[in-house]
Amino acid sequence: MRNFAYAVAARPEDAFAASDDETMPIAGGTELLNWMRLGIAAPAKLVDIGRLEGLDRIERVDGRLEIGALATLNRIGEDPAVREHAAVLSQAALAAASAQVRNRATIGGNVLQKTRCAYFRAEAPLPWPCNKRAPGTGCAALDGANERLAIFGWTDACVATQPSDPVVALAALDAEVELLGPSGRRVLPVAEFHLTQEDAAAAGRDPARAETRLERGEVILAYRVPIRDGMRSAYVKVRERASYEYALVSAAAALDLDGGRIARASVVLGSVAQKPWHLAEAEARLIGQPPTREAALPILKAALAAARPLSRNGYKVTMAAGAAARAIALAGGEA
Amino acid sequence: MSIASALQSDVAEAPEHSPSVRPGGAPNQVAVRFKVNGREVVAHVEPRVTLLDYLRETLQLTGTKKGCNEGACGTCTVLVDGHRMNGCLMLAVQCEGREVTTIEGVAADGALHIVQAAFIKHDAFQCGYCTPGQILSAIACIREGHAGDADEVREWMSGNICRCSAYPQITAAVLDAAAQLKG
Repeated sequence: MRNFAYAVAARPEDAFAASDDETMPIAGGTELLNWMRLGIAAPAKLVDIGRLEGLDRIERVDGRLEIGALATLNRIGEDPAVREHAAVLSQAALAAASAQVRNRATIGGNVLQKTRCAYFRAEAPLPWPCNKRAPGTGCAALDGANERLAIFGWTDACVATQPSDPVVALAALDAEVELLGPSGRRVLPVAEFHLTQEDAAAAGRDPARAETRLERGEVILAYRVPIRDGMRSAYVKVRERASYEYALVSAAAALDLDGGRIARASVVLGSVAQKPWHLAEAEARLIGQPPTREAALPILKAALAAARPLSRNGYKVTMAAGAAARAIALAGGEA
Repeated sequence: MSIASALQSDVAEAPEHSPSVRPGGAPNQVAVRFKVNGREVVAHVEPRVTLLDYLRETLQLTGTKKGCNEGACGTCTVLVDGHRMNGCLMLAVQCEGREVTTIEGVAADGALHIVQAAFIKHDAFQCGYCTPGQILSAIACIREGHAGDADEVREWMSGNICRCSAYPQITAAVLDAAAQLKG
């Protein structure tokens, strides 16, 4: 790892005081240190925001949960208020990584993790093309080992997915993310925070490199999760082993029921695109249905017809529909 | 710098009061004060030095092992303020004011920790490389209340890989130790 200077932030604004490309904030560091080892990032200076007072709070404020960016995944997963009002977030946080990593990794950094694409996650200099690492070289995954990569939103430039579990839950809960940067504070829906490669291209940005709407210098301060009485939710993560593995696909469901029928549904897929993928059309068609696998599966399969699988990940289309049906059934109370 | 002088400099008495991070004694170094196994340490380190490397290379506490060096295997698990963490995924400079416990610090008064004894009783290892991390992780797992049954132990110990695959014995040792610590 290249050496760097280190300073401790006294206030959140210190994270962007330097306002140059060579300075990066660090909190838990569980992702950043590996970027630095691989040459994905090589900052000249780290500003440690991990000790800022009050940014690790998890509390109920009015009709919502406020979760500070420095709250660790284990604290969120085991927090009684999160379990009661946002079960899907508790489940997603505890399904991520290992107990050790979850004690260190923060919910602020978690959504900023980068793809697990094997071509991307290699030590520099890369022996193959990767537009995310070396712009203009191409995408080795497009016709290569793309089993775990995108089925929505990709372009020929890049087929990466966003691997976070918690962000899928936050999107299903209609959470907002509070940002602080050189031009002040602003709030975005979590569902609009990430960009697919298609989103980036449409916005005139580099489809392989632009991954979020975070602007230069901006940091995540907190998340606001609305609480709705009676809302029920669940997270399903499908992976190659039972624990401590990234998702092949995942699904988050948040339902309001009325007389045993779905009155409102939020269904979001994870690890299928570079952002949490809302199944908006299915959400509308689920209204009036019982929250069962049998009722949900045909609707989800129809919604997945819009997927664009790559050469080796067609299995994800079927798997995603199944995972979403299971999440709906679990949220609805089916064992 | 010799090992002896490195040790001397890095376990010297700490000043009574110190700001969170001070310039260190050499270029690119910062000074950071924390406790390792109950002992005060003043570390003079380059910011890029991980807690794992500092423990092994400077303090010579080689019981904490380096496996993958990317947070995937759990062999470098230590306790930081009582919470289990991967020593390879945090910088030594981030330990200011923390209390770190390594495998060298878990036995008290010459007697093995209950978890260590349980690992021996259940033959919960083969090559032993992952064992220090397994034991630190198990101590935390039990303290967290995540050792209720075999399934729960397997889930909450999944961050510690054992390539000899002594998992049944490790699970048995953790459950046995948890029962003893409870009773």
